Amino acid sequence: MSDIKKFLYLNRRAPYGTIYAWEALEVVLIGAAFDQEVSLAFVDDGVYQILKGQDTAETGMKNFSPTYSALGDYDVTQLYVEKESLEERGLTVDDLMPLKWEDEDDDWAERDSIRVVSREEMAKIMEGQDVVFSF
Amino acid sequence: MSELHTVNKSPFEKGSFDNCLGHVLEGSAVLLIEDGVYAAMKGTSTEAKVLAAKGVKFYALGADVKARGIAADRVIEGFEIVDYAGFVDLSAEHSKVVAWV
Repeated sequence: MSDIKKFLYLNRRAPYGTIYAWEALEVVLIGAAFDQEVSLAFVDDGVYQILKGQDTAETGMKNFSPTYSALGDYDVTQLYVEKESLEERGLTVDDLMPLKWEDEDDDWAERDSIRVVSREEMAKIMEGQDVVFSF
Repeated sequence: MSELHTVNKSPFEKGSFDNCLGHVLEGSAVLLIEDGVYAAMKGTSTEAKVLAAKGVKFYALGADVKARGIAADRVIEGFEIVDYAGFVDLSAEHSKVVAWV
């Protein structure tokens, strides 16, 4: 058995009403330093975390949404977004930040990090993990 | 006397929004704040509940709408966007505030 485990971070909460989304990002960034196979899933209100155009200036809270754009630099390049969660909220992939990563094996070509998957596919992605952290 | 009802939870995560709508009388107002503002967005699976509430005035706190990346043109028609001072005015204008948390 390989030493590399598959870790999935399951994001289910909206970004600012609770601390979950921010804490998940912190843990992902720390975990990314340990050379495991890491992916993120955005389901339920978690899809709101990566909505584009967030502007927290008037609330006095930190806008941490730009941090998601940095995930590619930490080799976190697989972000699964559940299609049904988007649809229930009147959203499409065009409403999300265009999150990319650069493929060093292909002359740093930009690739999309976001993959929209069905609820059924998401269930199978979860089944295929060694560890699922839920936030 | 009319009441101001506030909702601060996402309609998809908690029942606060539904519970609120079940107890709002005609002539009263609902102000969405914090994660409650997601219920002000067009095209969602909860939009019909807002449209079905007759004689109820809907407001959303602009700072929370902007923080969450909800563009002005994505807010359901009929919603009035208010700032923090507007929140204070609404609280003062109504006979009491009922918070659905």
